[in-house]
Amino acid sequence: MDRAKLLDIYTRTMRVARADEKFRSLLMSGKMAVVYYTVRGQELVSAAAIAALDQSDYLVTTYRGQHDQIAKGVPLDLLFAEIMGKATGTCKGKGGSMHITHPATGVMVTTGVVGSGLPIANGLALASQNRGDGKVTMVCFGDGATNIGAFHEAMNMAQLWKLPVIFFCQNNRYGEHTAFADHTDVASIAARAAAYNMHSVTVDGNDAEAMYGAAKAAVDRARAGDGPTLIEAMCYRMMGHFFGADFSYMPAAHLAEMAAADPLPRLRTLMLDHQFSEAELDRIVAGIDAEVDAAAQFAFDSPLPDASEIRKDVFEEEIAA
Amino acid sequence: MSGKFTMVAAINRAIDEAMAEDDGVILLGEDVAAKQGGGVFKISSGLSEKYGTHRVRATPISEQAIMGACVGAALAGFRPIAEIMLMNFVTVAMDQIVNHAAKLRFMSGGQTNVPLVIRTTTGVGVGFGGQHSDMLEAWFAHVPGLKVVTPSNAADAQGLMRAAIACNDPVIFIENILCYGVAGDDPGPGHVVPLGQAAVAVEGSDCTIVTYGRTVLDALSVAAELKETGVSVEVVDLRTIAPYDEATVMASVRKTGRAVVLHEAVKAYGTGAEISARIHEAAFNELKAPVQRVGGAFSAVPMATALKQAWIPTKDGIKAAVHRAMDWKR
Repeated sequence: MDRAKLLDIYTRTMRVARADEKFRSLLMSGKMAVVYYTVRGQELVSAAAIAALDQSDYLVTTYRGQHDQIAKGVPLDLLFAEIMGKATGTCKGKGGSMHITHPATGVMVTTGVVGSGLPIANGLALASQNRGDGKVTMVCFGDGATNIGAFHEAMNMAQLWKLPVIFFCQNNRYGEHTAFADHTDVASIAARAAAYNMHSVTVDGNDAEAMYGAAKAAVDRARAGDGPTLIEAMCYRMMGHFFGADFSYMPAAHLAEMAAADPLPRLRTLMLDHQFSEAELDRIVAGIDAEVDAAAQFAFDSPLPDASEIRKDVFEEEIAA
Repeated sequence: MSGKFTMVAAINRAIDEAMAEDDGVILLGEDVAAKQGGGVFKISSGLSEKYGTHRVRATPISEQAIMGACVGAALAGFRPIAEIMLMNFVTVAMDQIVNHAAKLRFMSGGQTNVPLVIRTTTGVGVGFGGQHSDMLEAWFAHVPGLKVVTPSNAADAQGLMRAAIACNDPVIFIENILCYGVAGDDPGPGHVVPLGQAAVAVEGSDCTIVTYGRTVLDALSVAAELKETGVSVEVVDLRTIAPYDEATVMASVRKTGRAVVLHEAVKAYGTGAEISARIHEAAFNELKAPVQRVGGAFSAVPMATALKQAWIPTKDGIKAAVHRAMDWKR
């Protein structure tokens, strides 16, 4: 893997990681009080896959989506402001963490409904197919989403029409509080693609090179007009369903397996193996921390949305008071 | 109605015109292309031949996927039309409509919008029974971000469809199967009826009937019959159910002092309740009688003709409501 791409993945990963850590510390200290779905454990899987996309490509994600949004390039100041419900946020404070939208970086929808992003991704991809604009759409979802009807309807339609879409399942082993084996009897999600005649692959999502490679192959396939791919990226959700939620239901063996697979130290080792120095990596993280701190401060300093916003954006025309 | 122009031809023409003008207008639905016969009700007849199967896409029986694909294409700047064969099948796609199409403009702070038309057909009169007949307009009228339209005649169907396709927000476009074959005047090409504007279908001075869709025909018939008995009924055809043309409704009710709200949908919790409440809130002291409501019975739509007659609003039921308003004593 070339060093420039590896550095790109490292930078995206650490932006996700440091922003997530900041969110958690603000929540722990009581400086921020919002519902937050931490992405701890899924920083690399997202960064490595999204590094295979162009900024103009479309992304659809889910309520646990901060890693996807940051990896895609959503500006941190706008993201922090949105999550804090400020007027300066990506969505003027009207969406919040579950509904981050930022078309300038291709983040078209973040849905709070499990599985609903997949049919929408098909539509974005259909528009690209008809226009011939060469764009690819990636839709991120978890293992839990593969048991809802929308997954199956969307997979069938995407393959039928050879849409330039990538179904990116981040298999973090838990759907809310339910372990994979307790909600699905097939051994792998990738195996489900066979039912739709769709190409699929299972990859270790915490292996930067393998994850990037799988995503790049799917992007190339979609751009060439050869249709969709289902990627199953194995990873771990290293904390509870939402931040602060109990996760004592995770067995000790699972917790140990998860800790051993932590993508952040593993990526650091990979970087050092590729002759990046400790000092160089520390400098990158310090720069990210400065940006994260500034983003949080921007959000704290920003005004709340005006009550009149309730009448705006319901329709194109403002609703009467 | 004079003329020989049908609602099927009207809607087909409106879509045809919009597709000719804008490559972003696409049609997705079950059986809609030529290979599948141009739709179960032939609304899309001839369109796939003209614009290609990449723009007139016959889909699998997958309402969530149809609706989601239309939402996504709309986000990318297209103006998709989703054909959901029958209104009851819309229930399968409610998540995409209610949680996504309706809310994405607001939740994105106006960064995105969903210019989508959901065409669907229904009607109590045909005899399809409980799962192919419901009028569910109140469900959608209750959701902020959705517009709800239903035409009563061919010319309005053409004009409202053009306006719905041009609208930058999602529109539920409800067609009544029994209106498809009713012949009317041909408004000619390029006809547009703006959304949110009601029409006074017939003028009168004693009582206003506020209605929409197929029951406009019943109301007009009742108005003609009551005229013979000396009762002058004004019929307001809402055309757009949500947001509805309150100015036209209130002007009529203030003139007549009496109102009957009529719809084919189940009366309980229907749009008639909302319209009635708003008339009372705005003009209580000007009313000569409480607003009367006429709607479907509180059961599943029955199949047997005998039961259907007991279920559906009848002309006698509408007349009785007008008489209740006329005879009201304080």
